[in-house]
Amino acid sequence: KKKWANFILYNKPFVEQFEETPLVVAVLTYMGYGILTIFGYLRDFLRDWGFEKCHVARERDAQKDFVPLYQDFENFYTRNLYMRIRDNWNRPICSVPGAKMDLVERVSKDYNWTFEHTGMVVREVINMGSYNYLGFAENTGSCAEAATASNSVYGVGVASTRYEMGNLDIHEEMEQLVARFLGVESAMAFGMGFATNSMNIPALAGKGCLILSDELNHASLVLGARLSGSTIRVFKHNNMVSLEKMLKDAIVHGQPRTHRPWKKILILVEGIYSMEGSIVRLPEVIALKKRYKAYLYLDEAHSIGALGPHGGGVVDYFGLDPKDVDIMMGTFTKSFGAAGGYIGGKRELIDYLRSHSHSAIYATSMSPPVAQQIITSMKIIMGEDGTTLGADRLRQLSENTTYFRRKLREMGFIIYGNNDSPVVPMMLYMPAKIGAFGREMLKRNIGTVVVGFPATPIIESRARFCVSAAHTRDMLDTVIQRRYGGKKRVKEGKLFPGGL
Amino acid sequence: MAWVEVPGQEKVLKPLLNTVIILGLIKCANFSPQAPAYHLILEGILILWIVRLLFSKTYKLQERSDLTEKEKEDLIEEWQPEPLVPPVSKDHPSMNYDIVSGPPSHNIVVNGKQCINFASFNFLGLLDNERVKQKALASLKKYGVGTCGPRGFYGTFDVHLELEDRLAKFMRTEEAIIYSYGFATIASAIPAYSKRGDIVFVDEAACFSIQKGLQASRSFIKYFKHNDMEDLERLLKEQEIEDQKNPRKARVTRRFVVVEGLYINTADVCPLPALVKLKYKYKVRIFLEESMSFGVLGEHGRGVTEHFGVNIDDIDLISANMENAVASIGGFCCGRSFVIDHQRLSGQGYCFSASLPPMLAAAAIEALNIMEEDPDIFSVLREKCEQVHKALQGTPGMKVLGESYAPALHLQLESSSGSRETDVRMLRRIVDYCLEKQIALTLARYLDKEERFLPPPSIRVVVTVEQTKEDIDRAASCIREAALSILK
Repeated sequence: KKKWANFILYNKPFVEQFEETPLVVAVLTYMGYGILTIFGYLRDFLRDWGFEKCHVARERDAQKDFVPLYQDFENFYTRNLYMRIRDNWNRPICSVPGAKMDLVERVSKDYNWTFEHTGMVVREVINMGSYNYLGFAENTGSCAEAATASNSVYGVGVASTRYEMGNLDIHEEMEQLVARFLGVESAMAFGMGFATNSMNIPALAGKGCLILSDELNHASLVLGARLSGSTIRVFKHNNMVSLEKMLKDAIVHGQPRTHRPWKKILILVEGIYSMEGSIVRLPEVIALKKRYKAYLYLDEAHSIGALGPHGGGVVDYFGLDPKDVDIMMGTFTKSFGAAGGYIGGKRELIDYLRSHSHSAIYATSMSPPVAQQIITSMKIIMGEDGTTLGADRLRQLSENTTYFRRKLREMGFIIYGNNDSPVVPMMLYMPAKIGAFGREMLKRNIGTVVVGFPATPIIESRARFCVSAAHTRDMLDTVIQRRYGGKKRVKEGKLFPGGL
Repeated sequence: MAWVEVPGQEKVLKPLLNTVIILGLIKCANFSPQAPAYHLILEGILILWIVRLLFSKTYKLQERSDLTEKEKEDLIEEWQPEPLVPPVSKDHPSMNYDIVSGPPSHNIVVNGKQCINFASFNFLGLLDNERVKQKALASLKKYGVGTCGPRGFYGTFDVHLELEDRLAKFMRTEEAIIYSYGFATIASAIPAYSKRGDIVFVDEAACFSIQKGLQASRSFIKYFKHNDMEDLERLLKEQEIEDQKNPRKARVTRRFVVVEGLYINTADVCPLPALVKLKYKYKVRIFLEESMSFGVLGEHGRGVTEHFGVNIDDIDLISANMENAVASIGGFCCGRSFVIDHQRLSGQGYCFSASLPPMLAAAAIEALNIMEEDPDIFSVLREKCEQVHKALQGTPGMKVLGESYAPALHLQLESSSGSRETDVRMLRRIVDYCLEKQIALTLARYLDKEERFLPPPSIRVVVTVEQTKEDIDRAASCIREAALSILK
């Protein structure tokens, strides 16, 4: 009976894969971390006793007798594991973060403690790391021209909050456009995506409310939930059985100890989870939400513009009604090439947020050229600029995603996530492979993102690719072939790159 | 073990009861009349106890397992949540934001009326500076608008590194770190260092972003009276006494003092030299929030440390936003590398958020260039602040709150009517009157229910270098008229 219900809820097959870690790999990974930890202790010992030069910054002499600012143990991981492969992150770029980018070349003579810029630039590196799903990170074209015009008229700063003197006409125009794009009654925009979550969830939930949050929610959602003061319960990732059980328990038993009924229940989910590449089971969540009268907060940071035939995000992808989602939140950083976040929903909700959101009252409003970029790119996606550029890019993105994932699977790599998600995590597992993979790919002129602990579980380190509409078929082929070469070298076992 | 059916007993008690009964039966089986007297008495007691247990009143340990499915369904049907948001009345002031058409510069168009801007924090007049716009434009042509990623994943541009370098050099510290949002700067910096169990001493007038940072840090917060160093010393002494009771815990509890250079809520300055003395006496670290004083105080605009001549290394962390004097967007923290480098991995607003758009960073660099080339701009600003401060004195029914060199003053009612709403409404009428007369002012806004120490309602008056003597005189007379006619 449940299978039929699911069949009716979903209008297309929902295929997700999360292969279990093979046992051999898990054991080897733990061993790898164990060896690294032992060496870490050894190096700390050598550093403390002065046998090795210490590059770590030290406290001032005048403040030596203060309580230490950091516990030694807190930074153990940073000093001994992260430091070895630090060159894979924070790579400076000096061009548009489009499909190809230019990286500033940097070298380290002391095993990643300090970096020097050689003054050279590594040109035309294929960019598989930036969140540029629809290719709007560009410095030419109608978006750039409109932003230029806006800069000449408005300047870059605003120097006041929305509530005081910072509410410009361009903000109002942008918010109306966002509401139309999402298909909701009203929308409000904020200057930072992270802050949109951390400043608005406390305005919506408080003491006596229950927040049900997915296991793998982003740090901003977790911070917002914590700052609200509500009770937080975590359900298993994308697991509707776990969510239903929690909802039932919550309503039947009420608040812990007093058993008073909850004031409201808020479910926090994301559209696409950026570390897993999974898409939320939105039809089921909405069915549950309606049955149990909870409210749904959907964070579409990665999915808006990237999923759906019209770029409307997960709601569009599943063909659902945007009015079913109580609070639609998203960011403009990823698919729109700008910065900031938005919340869309019913008029009462937005009116309430206008007066009670921390951001509207205390934080400076969005910069005008950024707001203009959002307006232009949104019009392009909606097709209102008179060209088919938006539709072309949406189609290109979904073709690229399907092709890339299929090819990688054919080659035997372990890929996580939904078949339609443009975020493609490829499993590496072992700590040494993280560093080796990042470096080998850079040598082959491809920029990738590798992630390890603590962003992911300790044995599930991965490389993450972000497919973009700006990537051509050739670029994707290059990446796949070179990665195959890179992976081969990694498989042939360079266990301790970069010296001990 | 369920062969004894006892009505209503919890599963935990059942096996125990059964064991007792079995033991009893075994004992009975071993019964023989030749047994000594005490043995018989013990048997008797055991049998009586079993009989008592069999017929004793049952009590439930947990009610959980006893709701039927039907009851659960009913509860689910009956439960009604509160509406997602409480209704907001139609004439709530936030329903009608003042709309600014065009740039918020010196001549600003508010609600369709051309006014002189006394409301935006554009202290150095850099919002419509041509050089700044040109540099932003050049950056836009090179990088586009957005960065499409956080700092860790190809979101670090050479412009960011240059801005951090320039800020560190300007403030004469070792290192600086940039955030993409002013509010998030201090709100991410505090929880990166102060964790559960640590102690933070905060001034009562601290701004909202500091309060949010403190809330996120889960530390013990102790408020001391605004600018009252004796109150702070009292709290520190009490803490010292606590420490002596538990020295082991004291050795790992970090202590911090968080103050602002120029307070946004009261427009006065913190007594920094006294604070530094307390720092070394009681071994606390100082976090200084300089959003309003960066680019304002000091001979070269370096803030309150330069104003008082305090060695910058004595302050552990200086945090400021670039949205006031620097007329860009974002914020930064600066200090020694030992302190700042930690935020690169544990500042939430830094690691988990997209980086500052490069054109805004380029605009900030150019603003810094202008500040460095022309340090006279700060003395001009100070002069204008003094002028405005003097001109506003003697406004009937209102008092001026703030230092004479503070660029963002508060005009409060001298005597409150008793209800905050009435006060706010009266002040709003004064603001509307001034808007009619083409002077743009604004009410200072707060979240009434969320602020810990809600400041009294006031009008914010901001001084910028672009205001001329005529503008200032006109504004002062306009406010005086408004106060006379409305406050009677």
